Amino acid sequence: MLVHGPAKPTGHTLATPGVLALLALTVMGMGVAGYRLVFGLQAVTNLDQQHPWGLWIAIDVGTGVALAAGGFTTAALVHVFHRQRYSALMRPALLTAMLGYTFVGIGLMFDLGRYYNIWHPILPSMWQGNSVLFEVGLCVMCYLTVLYIEFLPIVCERFAGDDRYPRLGPVCAWVQRVVRKTMFLLILAGVVLSCLHQSSLGTLMVIAPSKVHPLWYTPILPLLFLLSAIAVGFPMVIFESIYASWSMKSKYEMHLLAPLARFIPVFLGVYLAFKIGDMVVRESYTHFAATSVTGALFASEIILGLVVPLALLLSARVRSSPRWLLIASLMVVLGVALNRVNIFLVSYQPPYAVKSYVPSVGEFVLTVGLIACLMLVYRVIVTYLPVLSSAPKAGTA
Amino acid sequence: MALNRREFMRVAGVAGAGVAFANNQSHANEFAQLPGSADQMMGVLVDIPNCIGCRKCEYACQESAGFDVAPLETFEDKSVFAQDRRPTPSSYTVVNRYGHPTGDSKPAHVKVNCLHCLEPACVSACLVRALTKEPSGPVVYDAAKCMGCRYCMVACPFQIPAYEYDNATTPQVRKCTMCFGQLTKNGGVPACVKACPQDCVIYGKRNDLLRLAHDRISAHPDVYIDHVYGEHEAGGTSWLYLSSIPYEELGFVKAGLTAPPALTELIQHGIFKYWIPPLALYGLLGIIMKLSRPDPSEQAAQAESGTVEC
Ligand code: SF4
Ligand code: SF4
Repeated sequence: MLVHGPAKPTGHTLATPGVLALLALTVMGMGVAGYRLVFGLQAVTNLDQQHPWGLWIAIDVGTGVALAAGGFTTAALVHVFHRQRYSALMRPALLTAMLGYTFVGIGLMFDLGRYYNIWHPILPSMWQGNSVLFEVGLCVMCYLTVLYIEFLPIVCERFAGDDRYPRLGPVCAWVQRVVRKTMFLLILAGVVLSCLHQSSLGTLMVIAPSKVHPLWYTPILPLLFLLSAIAVGFPMVIFESIYASWSMKSKYEMHLLAPLARFIPVFLGVYLAFKIGDMVVRESYTHFAATSVTGALFASEIILGLVVPLALLLSARVRSSPRWLLIASLMVVLGVALNRVNIFLVSYQPPYAVKSYVPSVGEFVLTVGLIACLMLVYRVIVTYLPVLSSAPKAGTA
Repeated sequence: MALNRREFMRVAGVAGAGVAFANNQSHANEFAQLPGSADQMMGVLVDIPNCIGCRKCEYACQESAGFDVAPLETFEDKSVFAQDRRPTPSSYTVVNRYGHPTGDSKPAHVKVNCLHCLEPACVSACLVRALTKEPSGPVVYDAAKCMGCRYCMVACPFQIPAYEYDNATTPQVRKCTMCFGQLTKNGGVPACVKACPQDCVIYGKRNDLLRLAHDRISAHPDVYIDHVYGEHEAGGTSWLYLSSIPYEELGFVKAGLTAPPALTELIQHGIFKYWIPPLALYGLLGIIMKLSRPDPSEQAAQAESGTVEC
C-alpha cells in the first residue's frame, strides 16, 4: 500500500516568475479596489439601476463559494465516511476552502455600497429570518469561523516543535489538544453549514421569477446549487493537486486522485438527472434556441460542463492519466463556474433594461487580482506551514 | 422575461402540487397577519385616464423629499416624454406618456413609483431589516442599517429601487416612501396626491379605494378596462391603478399573482422548520461518522505510518 508522508512546509523559494506575476496582478487589483473605495461603484463598474448585480457577485461570490466546496466534500469523505486513504488531500482542501471563503468576503466588501456595515447581520436586532441572503450571510460567517478553527492545529503544528519559540510550544500543544477533541463537532458543523448555504445561494434568485430566464428559473434552484457544489468539490481538489505538483515540480498524486475521480461521475450523474428532469417537467426546453446567446451558454453548461466530463471520467484510462484527469476536472470546474455566471448574470433579464450589462475592465481587473492574491497567499502558506505532503516514492510502503 | 400564468403554474408544478397549494394557503394566512389590519392599510389609487401629464407630482415629490428641485416651470417640458423614464435616486416618481394604441389622439399618462406591495419582495429580501412595511402601508427604508448589497433591487418585481452608485461613502437605496414621516408636513396626504390638480391620484384606505375603483369601472365600462392593477399583482399592492388600455401597453410588468416571497420563504422556512432539517442532517452525519469508523487495528496501522491527520 502506498502511504503518504506527513505534511511538511514545502520550503520552496518564492522568487519565481509565477509568484512575481501573481504579485503584479494582485497589485493591479488593489489599485482598482482603492479607486472604487475612493470614487464609488459608478466610477469602476458598469452596474446600473436595472443591473444591481454584476461580475463581482457572479464570480467573486457566486462562483467563489461553489469552487470552495472541495473543503466540505473532502471533510465528509475523510472524516465522516472515514476514507482515510484520502487524508493527505484534507489539508490542501481545507486551506483552499478557508482562503476561498475569506476572499468571497473580501470581494463582497468591494461590491457592498456600505461595506462598513458588513457585520450588521450578526446583530440580533437586525436579524431577518425571511431573507435568503441573511441565511447565506450568517452561514458563511459561521462556516468561515469553523474553517479557521479547523486550520489552527496546522499553524500550531508548525510552532509547537520549534525551538526558536519556546513559549509558544505549550500553548500550541494545548490548542491542538482542544481542537482535536472537538474536531468531530466542527467537521459535522462545517458539512451542515455548507449544505445550507450552498443550497440557499440558489434560492437567492428564486425571488425574481419575472426576471430570471425560464431556462434557469426553477424552484429547485437550491437543490441544483447543492448538487453542483457537491459535484465540483473533488474536481477542484484534483485540479489543485495536479496544479500544485506541476508548479512545485513534484510527483503527481495519481494514486489518490485516480480513485477519488471515481466518485465524480456519480455526483455529476445525479446533478445531470435533476437538471434534465427539471427541464422536462417545466417544459423549459421550449425556451431553448440554440442560436441565441442564452441557448448557447445553457447548452455549453450542460454538454461541456456536465455530459462530456461525465463520459470522460467513466473511463479508467482518463482517470489514471494526469493530463486527461486534469482536463476532465477542469471541464467540471468551468462548467459549474459558467452555471453560476449564467444564473447571476446571463439569465437576469430585468424588465426595463435599456442596455445589457457588460462588465467593465476595472471589474475584471479586480476579480483577477483577487484570484491572483488568493493563489499568492496559498503559495506562501504552503511554503511555511505543513499543508502539502510529498507523494510517496513508488514501491515504498 | 415575464412568466405567464401557464408558465407560473408549470414552475409551481415542479415545486410539487402540494407545495403550490400550501403556497397559496400560507399566502392567504400571511395576509391575515400582515402588520396592522387590512382596515388600517392606506393606499393610493391612480386613475390613469384622468391624468393630464402635468408632472406636478414629480415636482412636489422632489420638493417634499428635500432634493434640489428645478423650478416648477421646467416640469412643463413635455420633451421628456420622448423616452420611457424610470424612477431615479433623485426622483421617486416619473410620469411617462403612451400614445393611444387604438388610434385615438388622446395619449395616456402613467405615473411610475414604488407600489408599496402588501408582501414586498424587497422587504423579504433585505437581510438587515433596512426595508420595512409599515402597518399603514408605506414600505420605508433605514439607511443606517443598509449594507448596500442591492438584493432588494434584484427582488423587486416592478424594478423600483434605485441606487446611488455615484456616492462612494454613504450610498442609499432610493424609492418612494409614500411620504411616510412627511405626511403631517403635506397636510396628511402624500405630496404627489396633494399636488395633483386632477381627480387622478387619490389617497385613502386601500379597501375604500378598491371599492371606488370597481365602482368607477361599473359606472363607466366604456372608459375603464375591468382590471385594477395592484389588486392582485405580486400578491397585491397598496397602490392601485385604473386604466382604459391594457396595462402591458402602458409599460406595466406582467407580474405574477402570488407575492414573490411566498415561494422563497416557503423554501427557506422549509429548510429551517423548527431547526429539524439541519439538526437531523447533523445527527445523521454524526451516526455515519461513528459507524464508518475504521476498526482499531487498521487505525493503529495508519497511526504507525503517521498518516492519521486532522
Ligand atoms: S414595488 Fe418594489 S420597492 Fe416597492 S414595495 Fe414592492 S417590492 Fe418593494
Ligand atoms: S441594499 Fe440595503 S436595503 Fe437593499 S437589501 Fe441590501 S441591505 Fe437591504
